[in-house]
Amino acid sequence: METQIALEEQMKLSSKIVNDFSITVATVNGSGSQTSNSAILRAIFKMGIPVSGKNIFPSNIQGLPTWYTIRVNKDGFVARKKEADILIAMNPATFSEDLESLVPGGAFFYADDIRLSITRDDVVAYPMPVKQLIRQVDIPSYLRDYVANMVYVGILAQMIGIDLEKIRQALEFHFKGKAKPVEINFGVVSLAAAWARENLEKKDPYLLEPMDATAGLILTDGNTAAALGAIYGGVQFVSWYPITPATSLAENLQQYLPKLRKDPQTGKNTYVVVQAEDELAAIGMAIGAGWGGLRAMSSTSGPGLSLMTEYLGLGYFSEVPVVVWDVQRVGPSTGLPTRTAQGDLTFVAFMGHGDTQNIILMPGSVNECFEFAWKAFDLAEQFQTPVIVLSDLDFGMNQWMGKPFEYPDQPMNRGKVLWEEDLEKLEGKWARYRDVDDDGIPYRTLIGNRHPKAAYFTRGTGHDEYANYSEEPEDWHALLNRLKKKFETLKPYLPQPVEERMEGAKINLLSFGSTEPAIQEARALLQKEGIATDFTRIRSFPFTDRVKEICSRYERNYVIEMNRDGQLHQLLRMYYPEIASKMISYAYTDGLPLTAKQIIDFVLSEER
Amino acid sequence: MSNGVSHTDVKVVVNAVGLTKADYRGNPSTLCQGCGHNSISSQIIAACYELNLLPEEIVKFSGIGCSSKSPFYFLSRSFGFNGLHGRMPSLATGALFADHTLRGIGVSGDGDTASIGMGQFKHLLRRNMRLVYIVENNGVYGLTKGQFSATADQGLELKSHGINPYMPIDIAWEALVGHATFVARSFAGDPKQVKELIKAALNHNGVAVLDIISPCVTFNNVDHATHSYAWGKEHETALHELSYVPRAEEILLEYDEGEVREVELHDGSMIVLKKLGQDYDPTNREAAMKVLEESNRCHCLITGLIYIDPNQPSMWDIYQLTETPLNRLREDQLRPSRETLAELNRVFQA
Repeated sequence: METQIALEEQMKLSSKIVNDFSITVATVNGSGSQTSNSAILRAIFKMGIPVSGKNIFPSNIQGLPTWYTIRVNKDGFVARKKEADILIAMNPATFSEDLESLVPGGAFFYADDIRLSITRDDVVAYPMPVKQLIRQVDIPSYLRDYVANMVYVGILAQMIGIDLEKIRQALEFHFKGKAKPVEINFGVVSLAAAWARENLEKKDPYLLEPMDATAGLILTDGNTAAALGAIYGGVQFVSWYPITPATSLAENLQQYLPKLRKDPQTGKNTYVVVQAEDELAAIGMAIGAGWGGLRAMSSTSGPGLSLMTEYLGLGYFSEVPVVVWDVQRVGPSTGLPTRTAQGDLTFVAFMGHGDTQNIILMPGSVNECFEFAWKAFDLAEQFQTPVIVLSDLDFGMNQWMGKPFEYPDQPMNRGKVLWEEDLEKLEGKWARYRDVDDDGIPYRTLIGNRHPKAAYFTRGTGHDEYANYSEEPEDWHALLNRLKKKFETLKPYLPQPVEERMEGAKINLLSFGSTEPAIQEARALLQKEGIATDFTRIRSFPFTDRVKEICSRYERNYVIEMNRDGQLHQLLRMYYPEIASKMISYAYTDGLPLTAKQIIDFVLSEER
Repeated sequence: MSNGVSHTDVKVVVNAVGLTKADYRGNPSTLCQGCGHNSISSQIIAACYELNLLPEEIVKFSGIGCSSKSPFYFLSRSFGFNGLHGRMPSLATGALFADHTLRGIGVSGDGDTASIGMGQFKHLLRRNMRLVYIVENNGVYGLTKGQFSATADQGLELKSHGINPYMPIDIAWEALVGHATFVARSFAGDPKQVKELIKAALNHNGVAVLDIISPCVTFNNVDHATHSYAWGKEHETALHELSYVPRAEEILLEYDEGEVREVELHDGSMIVLKKLGQDYDPTNREAAMKVLEESNRCHCLITGLIYIDPNQPSMWDIYQLTETPLNRLREDQLRPSRETLAELNRVFQA
């Protein structure tokens, strides 16, 4: 009796909560819940309500617990929220823990064959007869396990108001229009929704109402965006080795290239994808292809990048264009393969022995994953050096809203390449490593050039302007300093920081990569607390001059990032020691994407 | 003219593509005098000259070590890339995709291939990339001054490193087991055979492994070691006398019937093998394994074409690329149309 009263009190307090809550689905890894969760997510998106989906999964094929979190927010704040308002409990192993994680007044949907007691009286519990409902479906028994998760889709849809037609459309997207699986899965959804309509009484406050906030937007993940961006950037050679969370980038290339990049007349391929034997070979092939004049790339994560370091150092030194995506996971070492972080920044910046520097692009949205994917090739070829694109697992494998991908607004920049007719004009007089234009960028020739003076010998050893072996102190000094000059030349060509101002702001929140949604939400909430903030998102390294100008304006720049040591903070203080005292580090890593609350708590603790 | 020869009498000998042998030369070698590697470089030059190949249509690759320096000493008019230790196969694989009309020559050593490079070597074989892969095998690390390599004989004694207690890796055997489609062994002291094998390898539609025993005159020329000149001269047993015959040429070599075996390559050219005592069939993989095993047992140096399969598809056959080399494709061939992106956006939209 007491329970009932407590609950009714909660309900009165909260009444209706529309389009502002989070859903966590707790399942067993490998049970096929991906389809169900994607269907819920995309259906809500199709209802016009801002949404994001994040998979918190284990490094395991089958059996360990996995959670899928969906954030619904009418104001567009879709960063991770720690608290679950609605929890769908399908995994007996985490049942009690999941129940504990629910907010007071939250909704707890659970598979009724889990024989564990509901130990909280401040939540609404809905049993779901998953096994019983699935038995009523007329499908072969071996398919039953696969579609069982559709039961919670149907029940949830009924209880919070997801439009069933949108679920059908989401399934059509998921199964790429294949009628049979759509029909089977949707059949289960409809059955479960009908059961809920008859048998469950709505007691929780969470409801969805259609909006118009996602019209024209797309919902996708960063690895898909990166693969497509690379294709529209004219990628010609991909060599890769499977590693979480970068695998789906290469797999998306394999999926889309055959559709988009066959010669229309002959049907022959204008691209190559090689799954190499390891990362050492993947990068060796990509460097070879880049040297040969192909737009070459690889995709990997921290451990793979460690293996690629030696060849990338050769690429920097012998001036070979290549693009490598580092979809960051948690390091050091094997770390947490299925969790996210931004811990590779300082490593990538100077990756390689000796005096080495690398161009880094840091996308901050799925749109920038697309855009930087094609731009990276232009930069690599223009400056004849490796370009590393720093993404992360949160981007790479989770679902983000974005604007439609924009077609490249610039023609390809293939850099300074001399072909046969160019060499004829020069009467064969050229030198591979000569700084002709006083910008540090030499000219190169490509294999297959039939001019008798085209060839040169590329090496990782000391060389003179003609690429001949040299141990002369003057040659070495000149070469290293020309490379440095090249890196000065390239700075203005790199993406500038994104800047956002707020009336009366005296402090700046500064970041890179995937943390923007949490920061934007924090800024809105801090403003309510009377603290106005400006926002800066750095998008490239080496830093452009603009970064220093921005940071100099504020007494306090909060450098927010997902690693232990505050790596962006370290780099900024190293490059701009004169304003180092204006930099405050907020660095936090636990494998999960940042939340607005973490940022607010830190900023308030400093500002008050 | 003081020497009595008038200027017009000086004849410049050129090959069918109008090049002199000097056009195939490289920079002066900085390897030791008498190094077997220099002899192999000379035979690469001779083979390319005699095959009338344009140097611009060959690309040279190497890893790290004495052997890997040698591509600088031949074919100056060919592009070259001296990559990382043991990782020339991946470099060559990627680069050759840029222009499928080119032929690749990779030069490696026993340190480069049989240690750090073993993984990439094996995977190169699996893929059957069209590349001549020469291992200049001397059983010793030269550049770091005389440590045992993985191909050094068990029991070999070297000045500063004592006795090698470990079993050697046999490159030809590894190649054969790894499904190489062309496996040969030769000896740097047998230039004619080296040259003919290089010619045949250059025309093989796939990966061609040449394990060439190339004595290190400075660190491993101990008379009883299998990587020495003295031992090689003494113990070499050629499986056959062989000649490579390009497609255009008539077979002028005359052998008695029954003594000759011909292997046709994919382009119609021929390898002619003259029987030497034993009746050896290089298209039989099992027989090839047997002959290698026997030569190891009897401690003799079997040379010649050990195995060939001219019919396996190469990487080019698998990848189905445009006729225009990939590195000459234009922007409009590489960037899909605006309409295709609009279509993709529609799929991802709400």
